[in-house]
Amino acid sequence: MSAQENIWDIPGGIHPAERKELSNRTPIQQAPLPKRLVLPLGQHIGTVAEPCVVVGQHVRKGEKIAEANGFVSAPLHAPTSGTVSFIGPQPYPHASGMLAPAVVIDSDGLDEWVDLTSHPDYRHMESTELLALIREAGISGLGGAGFPTAVKLTARPTQKIHTLIINGTECEPYITADDLLMRERADELVSGIDILVQLIQPDQVLIGIEDNKPEAIAAVRGACSERSYQVRVFPTKYPSGGEKQLIQILTGVEVPSGGLPADIGILCQNVGTCVAVHDAVVHGKPLISRITTLTGEALARPGNVEALLGTPVGELLQFAGLDTSKLNRLIMGGPMMGFTLPSLDVPLIKTANCLLASTAAELPPPPPAMPCIRCGECAEACPASLLPQQLHFFALGQEHEQLKAHNLFDCIECGACAYVCPSSIPLVQYYRAAKAEIRELEQKQLKAEHSKQRFEQRQERLRRAEEQKEAERKARAEKAARAKAAQAEAPPAAAAAPADEALKKLKIEASMAQVALKKAEKQLAAHDTPELQAQVNELRAAAEAAQKALADAQAAAPAPAPKPAGDEALKKAKIEAAMLKAQLRKLEKIENPDDDQQTELARLRQQLEAAEKALADLEKQVPAPTAKPAGDEALKKAKIDAAMLKAQLRKLEKIETPDDEQQTEIARLRQQLEEAEKALADLEKQAPAPTTKPAGDDALKKAKVELAMKRAELKKAEKAGADEAALQPLRDALAASEQALHAAEAASGKLAPELVRTERPGVDAKLKALKTDIAFARADLRKLERDESTASEALEQARTRLAEAERKLAEYQP
Amino acid sequence: MSLVLIAVLALLGLCILAGAILGFAAVRFKVEGDPIAEQINALLPQTQCGQCGYPGCKPYAEAIAGGDKINKCPPGGEATIQALADLLDVEAEPLDAVEGEKPQMVAYIREAECIGCTKCIQACPVDAIVGAARQMHTVIVSECTGCDLCVEPCPVDCIDMIEVGSTVQSWKWDKPLAPGQLIASDREQAA
Repeated sequence: MSAQENIWDIPGGIHPAERKELSNRTPIQQAPLPKRLVLPLGQHIGTVAEPCVVVGQHVRKGEKIAEANGFVSAPLHAPTSGTVSFIGPQPYPHASGMLAPAVVIDSDGLDEWVDLTSHPDYRHMESTELLALIREAGISGLGGAGFPTAVKLTARPTQKIHTLIINGTECEPYITADDLLMRERADELVSGIDILVQLIQPDQVLIGIEDNKPEAIAAVRGACSERSYQVRVFPTKYPSGGEKQLIQILTGVEVPSGGLPADIGILCQNVGTCVAVHDAVVHGKPLISRITTLTGEALARPGNVEALLGTPVGELLQFAGLDTSKLNRLIMGGPMMGFTLPSLDVPLIKTANCLLASTAAELPPPPPAMPCIRCGECAEACPASLLPQQLHFFALGQEHEQLKAHNLFDCIECGACAYVCPSSIPLVQYYRAAKAEIRELEQKQLKAEHSKQRFEQRQERLRRAEEQKEAERKARAEKAARAKAAQAEAPPAAAAAPADEALKKLKIEASMAQVALKKAEKQLAAHDTPELQAQVNELRAAAEAAQKALADAQAAAPAPAPKPAGDEALKKAKIEAAMLKAQLRKLEKIENPDDDQQTELARLRQQLEAAEKALADLEKQVPAPTAKPAGDEALKKAKIDAAMLKAQLRKLEKIETPDDEQQTEIARLRQQLEEAEKALADLEKQAPAPTTKPAGDDALKKAKVELAMKRAELKKAEKAGADEAALQPLRDALAASEQALHAAEAASGKLAPELVRTERPGVDAKLKALKTDIAFARADLRKLERDESTASEALEQARTRLAEAERKLAEYQP
Repeated sequence: MSLVLIAVLALLGLCILAGAILGFAAVRFKVEGDPIAEQINALLPQTQCGQCGYPGCKPYAEAIAGGDKINKCPPGGEATIQALADLLDVEAEPLDAVEGEKPQMVAYIREAECIGCTKCIQACPVDAIVGAARQMHTVIVSECTGCDLCVEPCPVDCIDMIEVGSTVQSWKWDKPLAPGQLIASDREQAA
């Protein structure tokens, strides 16, 4: 088989100085156990893990300290045994230099493993179990991006993975971690590939290694032995190790723009990840360490170490013989894609494949950027076939639509364009900034859309609630109205209505029978026939029966009849009397009456007398219904009479030269007035209660008003900052008016429960509590009554509660 | 004569046909609502804060469509003004706000001081506060738009508006200085 035949090329690419010989000459060493390990919770792409330990808890090596939080997440394990000493923000290897949440473990030096469950017989396991093992081991891509491996391996039903690609390219200068791993752990690597193959069942497995790692190629070829895995070697070129670039090199197929390798049936895994999968499945070891290249000219002993995650990079570099005086820039990752670390305190994380401690001569600071000369070098170097200079100008002008149209998001940020740029323009930094800005804007847009939806839904909800409330209010009002109507209707309907109705019906029946009888009689008079005779008889009988029924009914309901009759008669008599009086007065006014008029006057007087007598009789007859109001009524009448008489008298007295008749009239009126006044006095004596009581109330009211005014005055004075001397008299006045009010209250003669004393300083707390109880009980009861669905028991309970509260209050008040 | 008649009839026929097509199109492809207001609304930040003087973003969008100024949205800031200016093809104006552009804020309830009055819950336009009467309230940070409508109703002043700091996840690279602003020799001199 000829490997060369199956290799394709990628566009662009560069050949920077490799500098791999610095670190690939010594075998992998074990880094010393650090005293303090910092384990950031977000060492992978996706949701930050959730700590599942507490400060002070003792953990053993391999024990889980943070749970995966969501699907795209990975758990975290203790790299050594020790005590959790802190959970919170800690230095984090990131270009921003910001702190990130982390679990800090103080090592106890014992490095004591937790009990591990190994699965050397994984071939009999279900793929879901295998996936769970990988997921629980906290494995995320060790090549640099750190995507959770279990998520990547989870089969999507629509996509069949036909090719598994193992990435051993390691194209970036300086880095040799994968190289050394392949040399020393080829068997584990192949075992890990076996597990992946069992999981995803691909048609072919391609292992891609650049031709600058002959030892690694030989080791892997040897380990694969009779397996069908193809080790493909291709010429060294940066950035062949990019996932999409490697796929293109090994298969000749391009991953579509914006797509994933899985879209074309390909899955890529790093060699380090494969070894981690092997450790997790076969030995049951979670991912707690990784192989990292320590390199750069500032180190005395560059090389590769297997270091525990969470080891501070400063300690690792000390182990490699760091000369701090020579150190210029400390980079995590390679010189092309790595980022400068803010300090030596940051810990090693899962994605850290290299620590590059460079001297100033080794990686000089980039010269100042100069304007783009549109040479087009960058476009030739771009492995993704983009137009870097166009993107650069669009990024400068913040033309986001154009950036997207020119596939900015297909840029892998490899830095090849910036490497070749004769103007030293930091192109990648522009793209990173532009990408972040676009993502931020999209996030904002999404959030705005989300907020809008929430706002609209809230508005809708409020509107619905309002409508429902309105409907309920209406229903309640209707119910109340109905209840009222029923209440108003019920008693008369029960007692009077049926009787009245029946009576009416009987009357109608009787009259109809009478009419029919009359008609028949008329006909009988016209044509006398035996049939008609019989009919008339029948009708007569019917009419008589109806009359009788009516009479019976009227007798049965006599109560309403006589009373109105009496009232009616009384009214009539009164009207008659009044009319007579008026007539009489008219006649009397005639100055010199002739004989006729005289007799008329006399007659009228007689009639009036008779009418008045009749009225008096009637009034005597119906004393009952007017009994109580009679007092009031009579009093009123008497008062009116007296007033009228007084007015008349005054009018007459005004006449300057009264003749005899007028004189006598005046005398008569005076007498009448006297009588009326006397009657009034009598009546008032008869009904003393209503007149005295309002007087007491008035006094009470007055006293209350007085008190309120005094209090207001005092308050005003206090507010105005009056001195004590000025306030004292006001206070005295207030006290006096309070006293007066109490006196008035005592004098008001109201019964105890009605007597409401206006608040005095120091109202009885218990009384207040009792009253509050009553109020609450009443409110509850009312609420229950309003609710239709209330059970009668609950209602009864509320009622008894109210009664109880009232009783207590009554008992409390002596 | 007949030639003229034919021409007139032909033109009349065409007119009627075109009228019928237009009439049908007007009914068939009728656009509900004001499309411009919708587009403007899509550009507004939907904080529903009312700082523009309108009760929410949509009313302001409608007002802009009706001719109001485009520079009354402090949460949107210059970016929104620019986007609106591009959409409506008008001149972008500086933001019309006393405090100018504010960073993204989020409400925070000092929970120990909360008395559970629910007033902030009623004030929140996006239901981002959870709680019940006499129970402590808290803000759902991911839903809060930072409109600070909840601050004023709080009777115990236990709500703070905190600036949303960037985290490691939300941090973004700075844009480098535009090249050519300082040529190399000048910069060396300046240094």
